Amino acid sequence: MVHIKRLQEESCDILAVIGEIDASSSIELDLAIAKSVGDGYRRILVDCHALEYISSAGLGVFMSYIEEFKEKGIVMVLFGMSEKVAHTFSILGLSDLLNIVSNKEEAKQRIHELSV
Amino acid sequence: MSYQYNIGCSLANLKGIRDFIRKTLQVHAVPDVELSAIVLALDEMCSNLMIHAHHCNPDHSLTLKIHTQENHIFVFEIMDDGEMFDINQFHSPELGNIVHEKRKGGLGIRLVKSIMDNIEYVHEGGKNVCRLTKKIGA
Repeated sequence: MVHIKRLQEESCDILAVIGEIDASSSIELDLAIAKSVGDGYRRILVDCHALEYISSAGLGVFMSYIEEFKEKGIVMVLFGMSEKVAHTFSILGLSDLLNIVSNKEEAKQRIHELSV
Repeated sequence: MSYQYNIGCSLANLKGIRDFIRKTLQVHAVPDVELSAIVLALDEMCSNLMIHAHHCNPDHSLTLKIHTQENHIFVFEIMDDGEMFDINQFHSPELGNIVHEKRKGGLGIRLVKSIMDNIEYVHEGGKNVCRLTKKIGA
């Protein structure tokens, strides 16, 4: 139900999330982020262009890394969300807790600002 | 009008539930943003029930009913015969605590309570019935 493609650009690890993340598939997102951290990346971009749906299980994965990333100096920026997916984040006010921007250029800019 | 969907308690079936809700609400011209929010709330309710009351046993089943009324009120009923899992009894954790404790759960209940107008539980005909109500549009 969800497929996550990884590619690297300018010292950033980009995770492109394709499909739907619910209680049955959130583990895939969790593993992909954990793998990125395990591989030593300090700048993680999450491409949400092809993310069609996310439930609280997926939101919880992003939330669960906030504290760890703060401790380790890792920066994560999400970009390219559809209006529907962005609405799910905003219902809970997560837009204020996570770094969410509209496109990849902004995401790279944000990640460089936050990494300084 | 009333619509009904029966499903086994496997998380792999959540997609089928979402598709059923989407198709049903589209017939009634529910606006996209409200439709997505309702799909999300019912996905949360069904996955909670599958995990906590049925331990994801695919031999257990639940039934989702959608009743549409002329006054723009939609009633959603989730029926099962497991242990009652009443989200009104659960306090939604603060976001700050979820972050601090690195928790992955606890957001679903908050979502459902934000989206739906009313959530009540009754016991009818030997079944647990969770009834969620949402007024849409005008």
